[in-house]
Amino acid sequence: MTSELVLIKEDGTRIDGRRPDEMRPAHMEAGVLENAEGSAFVQMGKTKIYAAIFGPREAHPRHLAQPHRAIIQCRYHMASFSVTERKSPGMTRREHELSKVIKEALESVVFLEEYPRSVIDVFVEVIQADAGTRTAGLTAASLALADAGIPMADLCAGVAVGKVAGTLVLDLSEDEDKHCEADLPVAMAPSLNSIVLLQLNGRLTKDELKAGLQLAKKGTDLLYDLQKKALQKRFASYGEVPE
Amino acid sequence: MYRLGEKPYPTQIVQQKLYELISSGRRIDGRAPNQHRPVKVEVDVVQKAEGSAMVSMGGTKVIAGVKFDLGLPYPDTPDKGNLTVNAELLPLASASFEPGPPDERAIELSRFVDRCLRESQALRLDRLALIPGQKVGVVYVDVYVLDYDGNYFAPAVLAATAAIATARVQRHEVRNGVLARVEGEEVPLPVVKLPTAVMMGVLRERVIVDPNALEEAALETSVVMGWGTDDELAAIQKNTPGLLPMEVLEEIVEVSRTIASRLRRTLRESIGDRWSEPKE
Repeated sequence: MTSELVLIKEDGTRIDGRRPDEMRPAHMEAGVLENAEGSAFVQMGKTKIYAAIFGPREAHPRHLAQPHRAIIQCRYHMASFSVTERKSPGMTRREHELSKVIKEALESVVFLEEYPRSVIDVFVEVIQADAGTRTAGLTAASLALADAGIPMADLCAGVAVGKVAGTLVLDLSEDEDKHCEADLPVAMAPSLNSIVLLQLNGRLTKDELKAGLQLAKKGTDLLYDLQKKALQKRFASYGEVPE
Repeated sequence: MYRLGEKPYPTQIVQQKLYELISSGRRIDGRAPNQHRPVKVEVDVVQKAEGSAMVSMGGTKVIAGVKFDLGLPYPDTPDKGNLTVNAELLPLASASFEPGPPDERAIELSRFVDRCLRESQALRLDRLALIPGQKVGVVYVDVYVLDYDGNYFAPAVLAATAAIATARVQRHEVRNGVLARVEGEEVPLPVVKLPTAVMMGVLRERVIVDPNALEEAALETSVVMGWGTDDELAAIQKNTPGLLPMEVLEEIVEVSRTIASRLRRTLRESIGDRWSEPKE
């Protein structure tokens, strides 16, 4: 069976017309939910994600509490209608794994020692999935933590790089994700020039990995700017009395 | 203000000691920074399984078993067999592993082993489609961590690979469109590569291979690198919190590649003529 799908066109552009190093249009907003202590909305192409923070608050169950630092609990979850075929609403193994890697990425930048014995709850809800949901979810979660005023050494900005028809591309879309040779989700703490989330699914040589990380860095720098702008917008009008 | 990622004082003391040792090219157990612990691979340890392997890497022991069955293909891959990988951290292995459904660490391990086997295309699932769209081979790989002294990822992948590479399954034949057993005949699974994985630990700007439990608790972060062949990565998992500086990545890739190839040679020597590289 030969697929008629052309992922990289003759002129080097992608299935949706982007250049290999071009991101999808991204939109971010902080403080979008009323009840959460911090919240954010991130959209990258058709991927739409809400994140909310509760805490720091007392850890439950109590035996989870750490005497010298806070713990982060994270739930990454996809809405049943977020994908083409309805997903059963329970937590899949994939969602458990992604919750873990998102939690650990956030633990890398939050000053957890400021809140001994407490828990910071992070909820990531994927409303619509079009690839790159773990990285966009982490981007949203770190924005929500900043919105909640929790001290962090840096924000986390993440993007998925892929190898599609032999070409490395930035910010995979679902059409590309389905047929890619490799999927490389990367999240950075940009100011610390460090990686906070790194996974690979698929075949890649060491040189391709190196090039892929450079490409990812380009994307995360861009997202980092958008995160900072979203926070500025959120707090610039704070305290203004309506006319 | 605290330093980011500061550990409790006793761990900080261990961290400092480990760092001093690594900086002078040594480890707490006498190894060099880029040296893994002694590896032993034993296959056919469970006769009732179609394939099995017990792997020890220092004080960490992992057993993997393969069972084979026939079943329906997944709707999105009608012309491919199925691969199902499961891993469990048995309560025998460590005081920190509890009985019950797999926790996030066990799920992460299953999914990492799965990616190493699947993404490397080590197991040719297309050759397991006995009657495409109707009857396909189903390969179950179950991995159990029996004893834990750090880094269960590398021995788990090694055991899973050894088990599928040496497995012998019931031969079936299609006769007039119907699947029939060929009694008394067993065939190997279509395994064309031997994926291996290496766990790399990071302490400040220093990198170590295959941390033991003491080192694991004191590391700043770690990442597991799965190599399908000597030149091609199949899976990566940054599996603990902490900052991974961009500057150490090149060293992680180079060292893990060398060690993964060495583990692959060890595996080949251990399984001998039970597996041979396909000539294509």
